[in-house]
Order: sequence, then C-alpha cells, then structure tokens
Amino acid sequence: MAVQISPDSVWVLGTHMTRFARYPDRDLIDLASEGALGALADGEVTVADIDVLACGALFQASGAVGQRLQKQIGQTGVPVYNVANACATGATAIRTVMMAIRAGEAEIGLAVGAEQMGKMGLLGGAATKKEKKVFEPSGRYGAVTGVDGYLGTETMPGVFAQAGMAYAHEHDGVGFEQFARVAYKNHLNSTLNPLAQYQKEFSLGEIMESPMMSYPNTLLMCCPTGDGAAAVVLVSGERLASMPSHVRKRAVKVSASVLTSDPFTEDCQVQPDVNTLTRNAADQAYETAGVGPEDLDLVELHDCFATAELIHYDNLSLCEPGGAGEFIDSGGPFRDGATPVNVSGGLISKGHPIGATGVANVYEITTHLRGEAGDRQVEGATVGLAHVIGLASACGVHILEKAAA
Amino acid sequence: MASARVTLVDYLHLEPEPHLVAQECRHCGARFFDRRNACARCGRSDFAPAGVDGAGELRAFTIVHRAAPGIPVPFVSAIVRTDDGTWVRSNVVNCDPTPEAVKLGMRVQLTTYPVGADDDGTEAVAFGFEPT
Repeated sequence: MAVQISPDSVWVLGTHMTRFARYPDRDLIDLASEGALGALADGEVTVADIDVLACGALFQASGAVGQRLQKQIGQTGVPVYNVANACATGATAIRTVMMAIRAGEAEIGLAVGAEQMGKMGLLGGAATKKEKKVFEPSGRYGAVTGVDGYLGTETMPGVFAQAGMAYAHEHDGVGFEQFARVAYKNHLNSTLNPLAQYQKEFSLGEIMESPMMSYPNTLLMCCPTGDGAAAVVLVSGERLASMPSHVRKRAVKVSASVLTSDPFTEDCQVQPDVNTLTRNAADQAYETAGVGPEDLDLVELHDCFATAELIHYDNLSLCEPGGAGEFIDSGGPFRDGATPVNVSGGLISKGHPIGATGVANVYEITTHLRGEAGDRQVEGATVGLAHVIGLASACGVHILEKAAA
Repeated sequence: MASARVTLVDYLHLEPEPHLVAQECRHCGARFFDRRNACARCGRSDFAPAGVDGAGELRAFTIVHRAAPGIPVPFVSAIVRTDDGTWVRSNVVNCDPTPEAVKLGMRVQLTTYPVGADDDGTEAVAFGFEPT
C-alpha cells in the first residue's frame, strides 16, 4: 500500500537507538547524544536543521536534560521541551514534536528519550521508617505509617500482576502458564536483536521456576532496569516532499499519534486501570490512521511485565474480546503468528530504560517498515503500532506506515 | 498504662464494629477513601461519609514475594469489590499465601489486626479481608 506525502502529514525522517544495557562509564548525556546524533545522521540532517527539541528522561526530569544535550550537540536556540510522563515519557516527547510540526511552528523536530537507571532494583513501594516512630495521621488517607504491604502492594511487579489477575478472573483460559508464555516469546525474540539488553532464550519451565517476584510474575517475567537512549527526527510532509528521493523512500509516515490519560472507572482509584486508557488510545489511533488491528504487521507494546502484555492483546484489539489467553496459546503474537508482538524482545528482554522506551518502540517499528531490521526483520511489514503506558496513568500509541516506493 | 489505639488509615473506623467509611459524591455517588478536592467522576465537590459493606468478592490478587526492605513477605495483595459496589485495596489475611489457597472470586469479609506499636506504645490497627 503506497502512502502519498500530503503537506500536513508528519514523517519519521531519521531514528537511532543505543543498545539497551548498563553503561556505568557513561552518563545520561552521552547516551542521549548517541541517540540524537545517530538519528540526525540517519535522517541526513544536522542539528542546525532542527526547529524544536523534546527530551524525556524520567529520573532526571528536573535536570534540563534537553538543554544539557544541546550543550553537547549544538546550542541553536530553538525551543526545548523537557517532558516527563512516567513510562510514557518517550512517547510524550515524540508527540510534543509532532504537535509543534502540526501547529506549523516547526518543519523538522527531534525527540529524544534517555534514561540511566543502573541497578535500581525493584520500583514502586518504599519503606518509610522515621527516626522516632510516632503514629500520627498524615497524607490524604490519614495514614499513621507506610501502608505498602499492609493495604496491598505498591511494587510494580505486584500492581501489574493484579491487573493480569483481574483479567484472568473475567476471562477463561488465562493463568500462570499463559503469562509465562509471553515471557518465553519475548526472551526468544531478543536472541535476534543485537540492541537488546539480554539476548538469551529461556524454556517455559525455567521462566515459571525462576524466583517468584509477585505471583504470577516471576523474575524472568519482569523487565530489567537499565540504561539507554533512542531518538527520532520528525519532518513535515511539506518539507519531506522537497527532499531527495532516497531520503523520501526511507521516511515512515506517522499515521496516528495519540496520548490519553485514564478516565474515571469504578475501581481506578484503588488499582491503576491500565486498560481503559489503552483501549481509548488504540481506538482513536485506528480511527485517525484509517487502519484496523487486522492491518498491523507488527506491534511493539508495553510488556513491563508478562501480565501486562497479555491484557494489552485485548486492549489493542489484537485478539477477540476476552481471548488473550487463546491468542498466546495459539501462537498469534509470535514472530510467525497473526500479529507479531515485541519482535525486539520487548521490555522484558530488550530492556526498559524508562525515558527511552517509547522512542525505542518507534525506532523498532520504523526499522522494520524500512526493511532494515536484519535477522529479526518481519518480512514485508508495511504497518506497525507502538504502544507504551506509564502508571498514574498515560498511554501513548503511534501507528506508522511505510513510505511510497 | 492503658495503651492507645489508632487506625492505620483514617477511613478505617473501629466503632461500633470495624468498618470502612468512604467519601461519597452527593451528585454522582462515586466513592473515594482519600481527602478530596472534588469528584474525579463528575467534578462536583459535595461529599458525604458513607459506610462500606464489609462483605465482598476477591476480584484480583497477587502474592508478593519481593517488597521494599522491612515489609514482611510473602503477603497477599488484593482488590476487593464489596457487596455495595465499593472497590477496596487491601491484603487477604488469615489465608495461606499460595495460589492454591487464594482463589479469584472467593467471598471475603473485612477484619482487623494489629500492626505494631509506636515508640509511645500506641498500637496501630489495620484492616484486611479474610476468606469466609
């Protein structure tokens, strides 16, 4: 399907990502610079061509990372937006650039996501010990001490485990083994991706028997912490149309760019509702792009935990309603299945340096649509979807389409 | 010296029987457990306290084996929907923390238990849900 270049469209011109890994000898700006310079070179532009910069690095959100990046790669005086939106930070950076281009304020923009987490360990939940322990009510719940562990869990593996178990309660054919199979697939996929933090296959048995974090999520069903960066250069259709044909050929159309937050639902204040806002974002993206889930050749979705990936099959309408268990059991999201999901290895094995994740997903889809994904290439891919979700919550969905030949 | 008691959170009330008290929006009926500025469903800002049913159904759970330092594991974290339709986050207590013992959809009932004392000897009381 050939996609024409309309003046008001927005395209990925260049993209790059570092390998996700641990980089104790480099700093965040080194990683962001590698991503940014790589994306500029890939798009055959320079920092002087960039009209707007959006930069996301969640754990340094107050650190003017965008400006510090400029001080390494080019201080051109253009507007910089430092964005933070939990695990949707990278997608938010892309969307910020997208909006600037759509608003006519920029022709070419750069979105960068970067994170340096090191070995942070378990996220979410924290001990709240004071020097002298005195029970005095404080905060919005009038709590006399930390409630994590007394009134449920605040840890990420646990919160997402509950989201998966809520789905298992409502739908047949979903249990520990289905969740484990998601992790099996993603670890297997990562063996083909040289940019993945881990590139090792594990058997279903090894996954199910690895240390239990928060039932049903075992250690091998949880994403690691790590370091990395990714970047995309976006360009207006009007500007792209004037570029050389070899550049136009590699450009990938952003057919939909959607950001949602969680609307009120009955249970949303006691457990994060990661479903409704994902459904809303997907529905909006499909409508805007004029494509349906059946048109997707590949999907990169937010598998922070195996339980999360499974429920997003349903939220993104990749399977029949309620059919996520059957979908994974029948091989639907595997590389050779109906809709390959997370052929990069996903967050579970490729890694999840938070700010970089939402940009890296767009890098992955773009690379496949260009036919440049090497061993992990999904043959003939023309349409792909990138999804991320950050708790609190924010959901970003981008649908990308291959350029006209 | 008689030791004082406090509840772990202010929406747990111990008298006459232990029960939870929600802030209910007078306009749309949405229920919340925290101090409110306005209603997240309808945007109005007129609330009344509402007692919450102690009986309900286990709608989701996880058995937590890794937590922040100082938090005893394993424990069963739970999402309960009470019979009056209120959603509550808590632990399942008085139940083995195993997938064999904890069942989605099982009936549960509010209960309370002590969670320790502060340096002045004041005891904190938490709530959980136990299988019935």
